[in-house]
Amino acid sequence: MWFRQKKKPEVPSGEERAVRVPEGLWTKCESCGQIMFSQTVAENGQVCPKCNYHFRISARERLEALFDEGAYEEFDSEVAPADPLEFKDSKRYADRIIQYQRQTGLKDAVINARGTMGGVPVIISAMEYAFMGGSMGSVVGEKITRAAEEALRRRAPLVVISCSGGARMQESVLSLMQMGKVAAALARLHEGRVPYISVMTDPTTGGVTASFAMLGDVNLAEPKALIGFAGPRVIEQTIRQTLPEGFQRSEFLLEKGMIDMVVHRSQMRATLVSLVQKFTGKTG
Amino acid sequence: MKDPRDFERPIQEIEAQIENLALFGEDKSRDKEMAALRKKLEKLRREVFAKLTPWQTVQLARHPKRPYSLDYIQAMFTDWQELRGDRRFADDPAIVAGFARFRGRPVCVVGHQKGRDTKQKIYRNFGMPKPEGYRKALRIMKMAEKFRMPIFTFIDTPGAYPGMDAEERGQAEAIAVNLEAMARLRTPILITVTGEGGSGGALALGIGDRINMLQFSIYSVISPEGCAAILWKDAAQAETAASALKLTAQDLLRLGLIDRVIEEPLGGAHVDPAAVFQALEGVLAEELGELSGLEPEDLFERRYQKFRAMGAYLDAEQGEAAKAKGPAPKPA
Ligand SMILES: [Zn+2]
Repeated sequence: MWFRQKKKPEVPSGEERAVRVPEGLWTKCESCGQIMFSQTVAENGQVCPKCNYHFRISARERLEALFDEGAYEEFDSEVAPADPLEFKDSKRYADRIIQYQRQTGLKDAVINARGTMGGVPVIISAMEYAFMGGSMGSVVGEKITRAAEEALRRRAPLVVISCSGGARMQESVLSLMQMGKVAAALARLHEGRVPYISVMTDPTTGGVTASFAMLGDVNLAEPKALIGFAGPRVIEQTIRQTLPEGFQRSEFLLEKGMIDMVVHRSQMRATLVSLVQKFTGKTG
Repeated sequence: MKDPRDFERPIQEIEAQIENLALFGEDKSRDKEMAALRKKLEKLRREVFAKLTPWQTVQLARHPKRPYSLDYIQAMFTDWQELRGDRRFADDPAIVAGFARFRGRPVCVVGHQKGRDTKQKIYRNFGMPKPEGYRKALRIMKMAEKFRMPIFTFIDTPGAYPGMDAEERGQAEAIAVNLEAMARLRTPILITVTGEGGSGGALALGIGDRINMLQFSIYSVISPEGCAAILWKDAAQAETAASALKLTAQDLLRLGLIDRVIEEPLGGAHVDPAAVFQALEGVLAEELGELSGLEPEDLFERRYQKFRAMGAYLDAEQGEAAKAKGPAPKPA
C-alpha cells in the first residue's frame, strides 16, 4: 500500500464544499452515502471501497503517493500571490490570500516537486483545490511554467496533476494570460521532446482544461472526474435543459476521444511509472 | 436594471436634431442652428467620453454598430479569399479565416465574426466559436507559416460557445492546441482586439508578437455579468465587476499585457470607422515592418519571452529588489 496516512487533516475552507467529513473516525461517502471507517477509506487511497468514488485529496498526498518512497524535493515554494488589481468583491482578495495560506500552509494553489518515479527523474506540479478552488492566477501560471522549464533543463518528464475550477477571477486578465504563458512553455517542452503527462482529477475545468491539462503527450484522468471548459451550470443556462448523467465526466471524455486512459487512483503511480520509463527508454 | 447604453442617449438626441434640421432647405438661420448643435454635440461627446466608466466601455465594445472583422478585412486588405472548414467536422461561421493582401503583400487573416441582423447573428452564433472554428483557424494559420505569410488576427467574441456540442467535440482541447500552436508558428502574428476579448475564446486567436487593442475594446477572463453572478452572487452587480476586472485597453497597457492602444474617434469606432481603419492600418504596417526582419527562431524566442513575462507575483527567493515581477505589483 503506497498511500500514507495524512499528517494532518486538511481544513476545508468555508467556501468550498467539504468533500470529506473528517469527524475523526468516520467518513461519509459523498457519492453513495456509505459511512465507513476513515482508516478503511485511507487505506484504499481515499477511494470509497463501496462505489469507487475518488475523494478529493491534497496536493501533498498526491506527491507522496506518486514519487518513489513518497520522497520529493519541493522547489519554487516561495512564489506567492500579489494583488495587482487590488481586487475586492464581498471580501478583499488580499485577505482571501492570507486566509487560504493559513488554511493550507501553501503560498498558492500548486506545489512543484522533483523526485523519481520508477527510478526516472520526474518533475511534478500538483494543484491544490483547497487553495481557492485550485484557481489559476499568476502564481500557478508562473510555477507550472517554471516546472516545464525545469523539466526541459533536466530533460526529465513533466507530470501536471490538475484540480481546478479554472482561472482566478481576482487576477482577471493576468490570470487569462497564464493560459498562453504555460502553453508556450509546453510548446518548448514538446519541441524539446521531453515527455509531458497530464493527469486530470475532479474537477478540471475552465482555463486550466483549455491550456495545460489538455496538452499532454498523454492525457490521463481519474474516474468520474468533472472535466470540461464551460461549467455544467453555464451550459445548462445556455441550452435551457438539464445535462445528461455522466456528461463531462472522465468516461465521457474517453468515449469522445479527448483523453487516453481513465486510471483508478490505485493504479496511477504504476501507470505513470510505466509511461515515463517507456518514454525515456529506461528499463522497468 | 437601467439600460447600460443610457450614457449615449443625450448624444443621440442631438444627433437626431441635427438630422432633422438637415431635412430643411439651406438658409442662414438653419445653418447657424446646425453649427451650434454640432458644437454642443462635440462638447457633450467630449464630456461623456472623458469620464467613461469601465461598464460604459463594455457597452461600446459590444456596440451593435461597431465594425466587425469582415469590415476591417474589407477596408484594410485587398483580394480577400475566405477559406472554410476544419476538415474534421464542419465550418464555423463565428470565425472567418483566409488569405488576402496587405499593402500588396500576401497575408493570412483570421478573426471572430459577429452578425449584424438577427439572421446573421444566429448564423454567426453571436461570435461564439465552437471547436471547429478554432481548428479551422489553426489549419489556415499553419498554411500561412508554410507559405511564409504573416498572420493578422482580429479578436471580437463574448467567448467560446458554452454548449453541449462544443464540449463534446473538445472545446477545451481546441483552445489549448491553438495556444500552443500559435506559440510555435514561425511567422509574424499581429493581434488586434477590436471589440470583446472574451476569455479563452478570445485568447485562442491571441498568441502572437504584437497585441493591440482599440481604445474602447475590452479583454477579460470572464464577462462582468458572469463575474458578478459568481463573486457578488448578483448579475446586477456587473457594473461593479466591470470596474474590478480592469478590462479596458488602458488597464491592459498599464499591466504590461498589450503593446498599444489604438485611439478611437469620440463616440467610438462606429462613429467614424474609416478613421479607425486608417489608424490601425498604419500601426499594423509599422509593426509588420519591425517583425519582418526577424529570423523565425528569433521570433519564436521573443514571443515566448513576451508571454513569459506576463503575471504579477512575489518571489522571496529572488530577494526584495527582484520581488516584483511583471507590472510592479503592490505587496499583498
Ligand atoms: Zn461511495
